[in-house]
Parts: sequence; structure tokens; C-alpha cells
Amino acid sequence: MRAKQLLLTVLVLLVCSSLMFAGTVSGRVTYTGTPVKAKPIDMSKEPSCAKQHATPVTTETVVTGPNNGLENVVVYISSGAPDDSQVPSQAVTFEQKGCQYIPHVLVMHTNQELKIVNDDQTSHNIHPLAKVNREWNKSQPPGTPPIVDKYEKPEFISVKCNVHPWMHGEFAVLTTNHYDVSKGGGDFKLPNLPPGKYTITAWHEDYGTQTADVTITGNETKEQNFTFKAKAY
Amino acid sequence: MRLISAILFIAMLEFAVAAGLTPLACGQDVPDVGPKPPLAVKAMESHIGDLTGHSADAKNNYRRYCVGCHGEYGDSNGENAIWLDPKPRDFSIATFKCRSTPTGTLPTDEDLFKSIGRGFTNSNMPIWNTLGRQERADLVAYIKIFSPRWSNEKAGEPIKIPPEPPVTIESIAHGKALFTKLECWKCHGPHGEGDGPSAATLTDSKDNPIRPYNFALGRDDSRFKCGSTNQDIYKIFMTGVDGTPMPSFADVIQPNDAWDLVHFLRTLQVHRHSKENEVLSAAHGVIPPYVDKTPAPTAAPADNKTPGGGQ
Repeated sequence: MRAKQLLLTVLVLLVCSSLMFAGTVSGRVTYTGTPVKAKPIDMSKEPSCAKQHATPVTTETVVTGPNNGLENVVVYISSGAPDDSQVPSQAVTFEQKGCQYIPHVLVMHTNQELKIVNDDQTSHNIHPLAKVNREWNKSQPPGTPPIVDKYEKPEFISVKCNVHPWMHGEFAVLTTNHYDVSKGGGDFKLPNLPPGKYTITAWHEDYGTQTADVTITGNETKEQNFTFKAKAY
Repeated sequence: MRLISAILFIAMLEFAVAAGLTPLACGQDVPDVGPKPPLAVKAMESHIGDLTGHSADAKNNYRRYCVGCHGEYGDSNGENAIWLDPKPRDFSIATFKCRSTPTGTLPTDEDLFKSIGRGFTNSNMPIWNTLGRQERADLVAYIKIFSPRWSNEKAGEPIKIPPEPPVTIESIAHGKALFTKLECWKCHGPHGEGDGPSAATLTDSKDNPIRPYNFALGRDDSRFKCGSTNQDIYKIFMTGVDGTPMPSFADVIQPNDAWDLVHFLRTLQVHRHSKENEVLSAAHGVIPPYVDKTPAPTAAPADNKTPGGGQ
């Protein structure tokens, strides 16, 4: 009986402490070396898209910011995440606009609803090159309803439109809701982390992955930076 | 006495572990060297009509006829593969071109059976109807040993194909409007000759260059990759050709509209005798404009002449 009571107390304390002490991991993703320059995209073959851009858009495989910041890096809790199985009820949206994918990197939880929208005046085909999940390829002419789908297994999936070969994006299907995509010159933030030991993974579509172990003990903000070596071309 | 023997036993055990097992247990840096072990032939079955295929029975035929291109592990790395374009199918990812099932699903056994018997036009995959029906059924079962998908997933539900309406010039005209509106011409070209503005940039899912189908080539022997009947053409664009740039239009074309598109596509086979080309000839080779609520994109070809034009 006393043991049960003790257990209950500990449980209550644990729950309370996790609510009270929410830690944060934040930091910057940077690169060393010389990254490949973003190239301007020639959309002249698709005039309806070309005219949407006053200045030519550039490739997004490597997007850099000031002070060697690296953007579009998915930073997420790869182990120790407190809510592995919780699938958000809200859908994530992948937009085709001006013959570009917005966002370039879309993160979603496994089994989370994925909505694909075509805002353009041209047909796109959405071709996510899944290997672990099933690979499909669907046409989406202008004015047709969103394509709704979900992915069951975690995977990083390249997405392309075969009609417009410059269109390229990434799906990051994760089993955690604690993630961020580095922006504004490489900054990321993972808030609301209960005390515990975590492995944090940073993934970049061209530079691969890096991991770091972080321990959160209470209401604190830990700094964790990642540095990728730029691939030479 | 007992204690001593126990200690001795433990010491011996430790010695054995240290001598023999430790390098294995923590041998993360030591890869398993030597030739790749042969793939175990998992017992898989196929069911085609009254036929039941067994993977074990196809072992010799696969080794004799298929391994050269598709490879021992079914991963399309056979010794001839580097010379082939398009590349042999990779059975280890279980993505198949010719299906009666929706995009992203496994084909039916019958689909694979037909593919083996039909061969793939414009590729190095020959017609294997030299092999008996039972042998082909066994090979269908054998294909399944290469991917765990066949154990974890069911084949997709075959798409429903409504009865074909009669071929009329109106049907062809509507098909032409769809060909324009759905931008089939971006890859297949305005006359279906495989020379659309995106044609030169196309790659398959393994980044190998791939050509869109040229409808105008060939005469009465003109074949499609996934069969030559009107139903087969219907299936191609409603299921997509998985692993290639050809998407599925199942969500965006109504079943009867799809038949109109089939009728128009037949007229792109300019040198092939067909009901569709007869109807078109009777209309003096002119496809009348189709009146639609939504205007067609201006960049599309707007001529009302016979599509194609031949060489």
C-alpha cells in the first residue's frame, strides 16, 4: 500500500516537473568550406510561372545566410522524444506556387495528413520518390482539389515535378513533433522539452546528418550548434 | 569443491568469450567480407486464374533467363544491366510500370503475368511467351522473393473501367481538348511524337534519362508498353506508370472523359489502322473544336488539323 502511494507521488511529481520545467534546445546550423552557389532557374518554358517572379528564383538545394548560416536543415529529436506516437490532427500543406514548392522542406509526423495544393495556372505532377514508403505519382491540373495523403513510415523523401524539372522539394516524415527547420541564417529552436536525455539529429538534403546528445535537467535553454562541411562540386 | 569448479567454469567461459566471441560481439568495424551469400528463395505464391505459381519452381528459369539483367538479388544489377536503356526493373523496391491498380500500390499477379508474356516495347525485355503459362506463373511468384512488400502489403484494388462508348468525332474532339488541358503535350508533344518542351529533361525515379512515348512511330505493329487494347491505354493514364515521370490522372479525369482521351490518343498513331482513324478520315481528317467551359491554355497547340502529320 505504501509502495503504491509512493509510486503515485513520484508519478505526480514527474508529471508536475515536466510541466513546470520545460527546457529548450536552441542553436545555429552553419557550414564550413565553400558551398555550391544557388543558380538562377530559367522558367521561360512555363511563362505563367516565369511572370510571377520579378527576379529569377534560385535553386534551393543549399540555402545559406549571413555568418555561414545554413538554412533548410531539419533539426529534430531522434530519440528520447516524449510524444513519439502523438499524431497532430492538423494537416501540413505543400504548396505549388510559381512553379516552386513552398516550403522547400516540409516536415510531418508519420500518419499526419498531408495536403498538396496547386496554385498555378499549369498542370504539375507530384512525384515523391519514396523508397521506404510507397512511391506514387499524380497529376494535378490547375483548379483541381488538393491531393490528400499520409506517410506511414519515417523517411526523407525527395519530391519532384517531372513536367518542370527545376521543381524539387523534400518531405521529412518523422516520428516526433519536436522539430524545427533552420531559417533566418541557420537558427533553430526546440522548445517544451521535459527533463531527460535526448539525441538531436540535424539533417540536410545535400550534406547528410549529424547528431548530438543533450540532457535537459530543468527549466533551461541549452545551446547546441551543428556545423556541416560544404560539399565541393 | 563446488565453488572451485564453478569459478573454473566461469573462467573458462570468459576465456572462450574473449577468444572467440568478442570480436563478433563488438565487431562493428569489421564488415562481413567475402562473396554476398545467395538469396534464400522464400516460399511465395502467385494466383492467375486457375494457375498457382510457386517461387521454388522458378529458381532455374530465373537463373537461366532473368538473372542476366535483373540480377541475382532482383535489384536490376545483372551483368548486362549497364548496357541497357531503359534499365531492367528493380524487383527489390517492388515498383512496377504496368498495373491495373492505382499509383503507389502493388500490381496484381495477373498484371505481372501479362508483363512477362507481353514483354516491354522499346526496351530489352523480350516477349517470354516461349515459356509455358505455369512457368510464367512461377516466375511471378519468384519476383516476390525480392521485396518484403509482398509479405506486408496486398495488391491494389484494380481500377474500374466502364464499358467503352462508341467512337465518334465528338468523342475524339473532347479527347483532344483533354490532351491540351491536362498538358499531356508538355512531354508527349503536340502531335504525340514524344517531343514536348519537357521531354528532354525527363528522368525516371533512379535518375536515368527516359523518353516519353512517341505515338506516331510504327504502323500496325505499333505497341504500347502495357498492352495494345483500348482498355490498356485507359489503364496507363489512370494508374500512371510508376517509377517513371508518367503520373496517374485517376483523380482528375472522369471515367467517360477518359474514354474520349483514349479515342484521341489512337488518332495520334497516324500510321495504324483503327476505328478511331476511320472515324477521323470520315470527318476529312479534321477534329472539330470542342466547346468547353474552361478555356484551354494559350500555349497549347490550337490547330484543328489532323494531329501527328507523320514523318
